[in-house]
Amino acid sequence: MLMETDQKSAPTGAEPKVPVLALREVTKTFPGVTALSEVSLELFPGKVTALVGENGAGKSTVVKIMTGIYQPNGGQIEIDGSPVRFPTAQDAGDVGVTAIHQETVLFDELSVAENVFLGHAPRGRFGLIDTSAMMDHSREILDGIGASIDPRTKLKDLGIANKHLVAIARALSIDARVVIMDEPTAALSQKEIEELYELVEELKAQGKAILFISHKFDEIFRIADSYTVFRDGALVGNGAIADVTEAELVKMMVGRDVSQIFPNRERNTGDEIFSVDGYEHPTEFADISFTLRRGEILGFYGLVGAGRSEFMQALFGITRPSSGKVTIDGEDAIIRSPADAVGKGIVYVPEDRGRQGAITTLPIFQNVTLPSLDRTSKNGFLRLAEEFKLAREYTERLDLRAASLDTDVGNLSGGNQQKVVIAKWLATQPKVIILDEPTKGIDIGSKAAVHEFMAELAAQGLAVIMISSEIPEVLGMSDRVIVMREGRIATEVTGEDMTPETLVRHAAGI
Amino acid sequence: MTDTTRFIPDRLQSPLERRLKSWETLLLTVAVSIFIVNSFTSPYFLNAWNLSDMTFNFTEKAMIAFAMALLIIAGEIDLSVASIIALASTAMGAAVQIGIGTPGLVLIGLGVGLICGAFNGFLVTKLGLPSIVVTIGTMSLFRGISYIILGDQAYRGYPSDFSFFGQGYVFWVISFEFVLFAIIALIYFVILHNTNFGRAVYAIGNNPVGAEFSGIRVARVKFILFLLTGLMSGVAAVCLTSRLASTRPSIAFGWELEIVTMVVLGGVNILGGSGTIPGVVIAAFVMGLVTFGLGLLNVPGIVMSIVIGLLLIGVIALPRLWEKWKS
Amino acid sequence: MPKQIFTSREFLLTGAIVLLLAIIATRFPAFIAPSNLANVFNDTAPLILLAIGQMIVILTRCIDLSVAANLALTGMVVSMINVAVPGLPVPIIIFVSVAFGALLGMVNGILVWKLEIPPIVVTLGTMTIFRGTIFLLSEGKWINAHEFSEPFKAFPRTELLGLPLMSWIAIAAVILFSVVMSRTTLGRAFYAAGGNPHAATYAGIDVGRTQFWAFTISGALAGLTGYLWVSRFAVAFVDLAGGFELSVVAACVIGGVAIMGGIGSVVGAMLGALFLGIISNALPVVNISPFWQLAISGSAIIIAVALNAQANREKGRIILKRAENAT
Repeated sequence: MLMETDQKSAPTGAEPKVPVLALREVTKTFPGVTALSEVSLELFPGKVTALVGENGAGKSTVVKIMTGIYQPNGGQIEIDGSPVRFPTAQDAGDVGVTAIHQETVLFDELSVAENVFLGHAPRGRFGLIDTSAMMDHSREILDGIGASIDPRTKLKDLGIANKHLVAIARALSIDARVVIMDEPTAALSQKEIEELYELVEELKAQGKAILFISHKFDEIFRIADSYTVFRDGALVGNGAIADVTEAELVKMMVGRDVSQIFPNRERNTGDEIFSVDGYEHPTEFADISFTLRRGEILGFYGLVGAGRSEFMQALFGITRPSSGKVTIDGEDAIIRSPADAVGKGIVYVPEDRGRQGAITTLPIFQNVTLPSLDRTSKNGFLRLAEEFKLAREYTERLDLRAASLDTDVGNLSGGNQQKVVIAKWLATQPKVIILDEPTKGIDIGSKAAVHEFMAELAAQGLAVIMISSEIPEVLGMSDRVIVMREGRIATEVTGEDMTPETLVRHAAGI
Repeated sequence: MTDTTRFIPDRLQSPLERRLKSWETLLLTVAVSIFIVNSFTSPYFLNAWNLSDMTFNFTEKAMIAFAMALLIIAGEIDLSVASIIALASTAMGAAVQIGIGTPGLVLIGLGVGLICGAFNGFLVTKLGLPSIVVTIGTMSLFRGISYIILGDQAYRGYPSDFSFFGQGYVFWVISFEFVLFAIIALIYFVILHNTNFGRAVYAIGNNPVGAEFSGIRVARVKFILFLLTGLMSGVAAVCLTSRLASTRPSIAFGWELEIVTMVVLGGVNILGGSGTIPGVVIAAFVMGLVTFGLGLLNVPGIVMSIVIGLLLIGVIALPRLWEKWKS
Repeated sequence: MPKQIFTSREFLLTGAIVLLLAIIATRFPAFIAPSNLANVFNDTAPLILLAIGQMIVILTRCIDLSVAANLALTGMVVSMINVAVPGLPVPIIIFVSVAFGALLGMVNGILVWKLEIPPIVVTLGTMTIFRGTIFLLSEGKWINAHEFSEPFKAFPRTELLGLPLMSWIAIAAVILFSVVMSRTTLGRAFYAAGGNPHAATYAGIDVGRTQFWAFTISGALAGLTGYLWVSRFAVAFVDLAGGFELSVVAACVIGGVAIMGGIGSVVGAMLGALFLGIISNALPVVNISPFWQLAISGSAIIIAVALNAQANREKGRIILKRAENAT
């Protein structure tokens, strides 16, 4: 069920303008995957266009095409109405397209000024970099955005918010015509976000075209002039922000009503199986205590950087807590490594699938059996037939789609990769499963499958901990929710207290 | 991907098919070609005793190469192996001076190898230092200790029964070293390709973080691999010392690079994650055959190194050039 | 700012060198006489030149193991040119050595850039190929003192303001590359490409091409050093500067260059080289057998890399407010 809006109508007001940058029916494919199919996008001077879509909708691919990192397989890019190509990132920069990224992709060992001016530093005598001019210009730009950062500081000595400001300063230093902001507020505090909004207004006033990528609807409605929605690599709608409601945007993003996507399950919890008492880490989290019952799904909500993943990784033995106690099945468990955790029946499905969750260059069956080799092998010798049997059993339960069990995990879609990771842990027959953003970046179909499967696991008596930053998911799946803020538990809510407002309020500390 | 079929087959390509298309097959073809060319160019080549002598060109290096292959597949490297030989040999030589017999000498050789391997493993896994730099350091340190002990002197006077390891024959032209090489190859084949430990080695090499997150004890596996490499260097030290019947601090100088070359030529990815023992076995023969064949033609050893160097780069460059040319 | 200077690696290393000199001076005060220190610097000049090139290569996450072989090959080539055309002026010889060395470096660079072969494999291969080529060119013969022309031999010893030209060249290289690294686009690109290759691509830097230039510079410096080496010692042969590449890497590591790329400085590389140079010059003076040198530099590498790792350890994400205030 698609909701198409009229794509021909100009996204903004009546005045006819040529877009600074336009994508015309751009397609990008990777082996086995179509990341973008014939998408179009127009950016106008002095206007903010919000690009919305779920993870995996193709937003970051579009950014990479606009900045010359990827080459499109079809369609074209236009600057001021004439077709151009960006064979390298340098070429995109030369015509004034610049991006501020999700992760601040900068250089720790270089000074702030060098980060701002890398690749386009002012030149002095003999063509050498004019250091003092570079420092002065950096200071001007930083002052202009209200950042009191010494341009001589090495970047590594700055905090995350200041790094972000350096990235913005870099974008401004290029004298950009098109500024792409990829989730710019993800790591910022409320005060910093306000400052960023002012900055965006100023950029607008300077006539720059801005592409604003965000998950947060409040900011989209606050600063954007028009919107474009992607779903599964295709354009599903665009128009002026004044003509659309939040509910309509969500519907376009997801392709169906949000309230329906979570499985109805009986909330039937058993005995207490797991408890954490006073977990502390010197720099990342403090004073974390909670208990968990069989068959329960416990949600962990919080802003990005609230310390949820850091805490879970300590629970899984990746990092060591400075104090605290874990009890599983009534017995104290000492966890010094993931191997210990797995041995005690605690498993962790990490957020970073490609790096931590799966070994993408090894085949499916080897990924699944890796922690269970003791059971499939005999006296330490591999038995391939047993491995295939085990891998088949668990991947079939998750409805994995793959050419064969011998296929490398890296060749699967994000959703199917996630199924492999979950299958790997189920094969160890765990007692507690921790899922860290389990549906981030996977397609709608797989998402529903993962949700249904979580419900099934809980029904079978497994204790489930789920970290999620998506409020509908947290509320739709959890029996109970713990909200974390700045490394501590802000609140724990159940039943009727589980409302979006409560979660957001406690997460933000308002 | 077909959504209609629910059943997922185990494999699409049979293991045999995969093997035929593999690096090892290509390398084997090279080895056979060299063999044929050699047998035409020199009348002395196809002689059982000459061929037997040929194996001494690679047996000792190959023993270390097997352990090195596992280490490189796991994403680490040990450049100190030749220096471990020097130190182990020096320790054995010193032991001879105080009248220790052959069994004691062997134990000392292997023991020194293990200690050196443990030292490397400690620095890399416990202190978290990059192995390439650490082992460049221990490479100087281990051989440096030999120089401190021996200076420009040499140890001799090994007991006569000690000579068996490097000079003895088990049956006709089959030397003890060659038999040892074959047994060690088999053991490493089984370890890498048929055990849980071998699977862990591959997992670590492909993605150490993912392996750790999958409950593999990455540091422990790597430590064991450094131990094994040290141990094999000790074994090689026993064989080489026995064969030369003397110890100088410069013994086995430059072997580390030849051993790494052998491993890479055998198809092991220097960045870790892939490689096989049969590949290394064939690479050992290729290097032995090239050295031996050119030797028969009176081409000096240094020129052979050109061939080895070209092989090393060529075998990696050619497939990549071919792919570039195709696209 | 002052705090940053006092905690910088260069400052600590300078402190270590001063301490080392002080210890030596207690046993042999003449060692720290200016004339002797000038001698030590002059002896270390080749290591400084090569360490600068190696530092740049390591910055970009590569390694160049072929520098010593490049040095020897270029040295042999210019020696043979000198023997064939004794009248050729020294500036032309120098130009040829730099150009030829750079060419050899470009071979490495092209293989790394265009075929994406791991640098350690490439330079391991070219190392043996370069050495073998020297043999082919010279047929294994040495070129000895009497065969060189006088101006050819005299150049590095010629004194200017009390220092030999050899030292002046090293000083010039340190100044030149300090400027290149801090004040040119290419110089900053070396840091960016090694520090964060992913981000460098976004910033419009071609990482592969940057690595190519690093190898070219390293090769050019090796070529220049090749001429200086053969003219100073008035001899050229196949094994010239054998194994010297490891001292070069050692100098870099001691000088605070991170093997993972992105961190290092010209001054650091120079200080690392001087540290090793002082030790090798001091050993005979303080009556320690020169055979100790290898073990000492090995230990220095291990200690240096352990200290580097300690300094660069990742802090992790600091979430708790009180932790942020505490640091």
